[in-house]
Amino acid sequence: MTEVDASKMGGRQSASVAACDKRYFDALADGRFEVPQCRECGRFHFFPRVCCPHCGSQAIDWVRASGRAVVYSVTIVRAREGADYTVVLVTLEEGPRLMSRVVDIPVDEVRIGMPVRARIDMVEESPLLVFVAAPGGQE
Amino acid sequence: MNTASPRGSIAILGTGLAGMGHAGGATEQEIIAQASCMAIERSGLRKSDIDGIITSSLTSPWWVMRMAEYMGIRPRFSDSTMFGGSAFIADLKIAQMAIDAGECENVLICYGSTPRSAPSSSRVNQMRAELDPQPYEHPYKAFNPVSSYSLAAARHMYEYGTTRKQLAEVAVAARKWAQLNPDAFSRKTLTVDEVINSRMISDPLTVLDCCLVTDGAGAIVVSSSQRARSLHDKPIYVLGSGYAHWHRQISCMEDLTATPAVESGRKAFAQAGLAPADVDVVQLYDAFTINPILFLEDLGFCSKGEGGAFIEGGRIEPGGAFPMNTNGGGLSCVHPGMYSIFLVIEAVTQLRAEADLRQVQGAEIALVHGNGGVLSSQATAILSSVL
Repeated sequence: MTEVDASKMGGRQSASVAACDKRYFDALADGRFEVPQCRECGRFHFFPRVCCPHCGSQAIDWVRASGRAVVYSVTIVRAREGADYTVVLVTLEEGPRLMSRVVDIPVDEVRIGMPVRARIDMVEESPLLVFVAAPGGQE
Repeated sequence: MNTASPRGSIAILGTGLAGMGHAGGATEQEIIAQASCMAIERSGLRKSDIDGIITSSLTSPWWVMRMAEYMGIRPRFSDSTMFGGSAFIADLKIAQMAIDAGECENVLICYGSTPRSAPSSSRVNQMRAELDPQPYEHPYKAFNPVSSYSLAAARHMYEYGTTRKQLAEVAVAARKWAQLNPDAFSRKTLTVDEVINSRMISDPLTVLDCCLVTDGAGAIVVSSSQRARSLHDKPIYVLGSGYAHWHRQISCMEDLTATPAVESGRKAFAQAGLAPADVDVVQLYDAFTINPILFLEDLGFCSKGEGGAFIEGGRIEPGGAFPMNTNGGGLSCVHPGMYSIFLVIEAVTQLRAEADLRQVQGAEIALVHGNGGVLSSQATAILSSVL
């Protein structure tokens, strides 16, 4: 398994890194997008935690996500320098919501309700989960 | 709903403002102290009568101790819960619990900051980010807090057809009120087209959909209502209050169109024994133009999705049927990082009929509503000149 430089993980510059964060970003660096699922109540959650935010159980499994998601909301950040980019919230097929970016299409073509698919890019030497349009995917 | 706290057991006495707009070189601690001295004096009290203090800071975790030390107060009760910008309305509940329990008599609630005259260095901003890590949002470089509110606005527009023009009308109404308030920072005439065509920050919000960055400090003193009547000829009773927080980061907000104001408002109205129709004037934290639209819905002034239509046609402007944000709001009056203390002070000014040109005639009941973080924490209070 690829070890992630903890000091750069998730863009966070800190000596102290949560074990869950390390687990998540190490998997991403290894090419796997995994999300935590509660063994007790069966529900997924995100961001990763040591205890289930739904039922409180500490019995957490890591499960490979399908990568299928739908854009829940979108904003275009109008950068003062460089190209404009999107910030989106997507709802994963498994249920949780997370922040990301939709890439590879013009920023003003990203729409709420649009089906998207996860991809792991390397950005500034760190793995970054992004999404691309998934035409024909479920709405 | 059962409410443990009694209706109207505490009242606001004096209020104070300092360093509004540009503090002219004074530090945040200095302008908070100036506002506090003014509030204490106008309460008919001396500094030695203050035995409770509540304050919080965006920067210093030691703030309540630093302010108490600066003022020379040895409090019997103190609190510094970090709710973000809603804090100083949530603090009314905390003060009520402390006073009702007999832990203290006279509580100073104060806040101030100087982001206009002394902007935080990039080092301080980086330190703040490190102390409040968000490793699942930070890499996407959202321009926060604006982008988080933009995501909420975009979703509200998608679900309910709220329009860009309706958002702009919130800013225009705030400016019209500000033009009646000599303490307001931005008083130049503003049109809907100017708001829509100003620089886009994070779609759909432009720079004129965003609150100001100004200096300013505010302070109030609260006591038991019984005591307040003997100290002040116009005590303003806190009939009910409530707060709620459901998330910290925007990615953890379950429904971007429904805020914890649903819960804070329900608690405040239940304790007050009142309903939205009873309210004469409202002050809603307008960090961004989408905020009052969300809060009007969540607090029950209109149905979910109807906030945009509710504010249309000058309804919330001076002379309109629904006077809102009568000081000019965070959009046009003052906004030093956290704003809710100014909502309380403006409501008190209105209820005492001391608002001059912007006075809402016959206002007896005011609702103040504060927002913190990225729609994360919400606090509501219902204030009245009569018990």
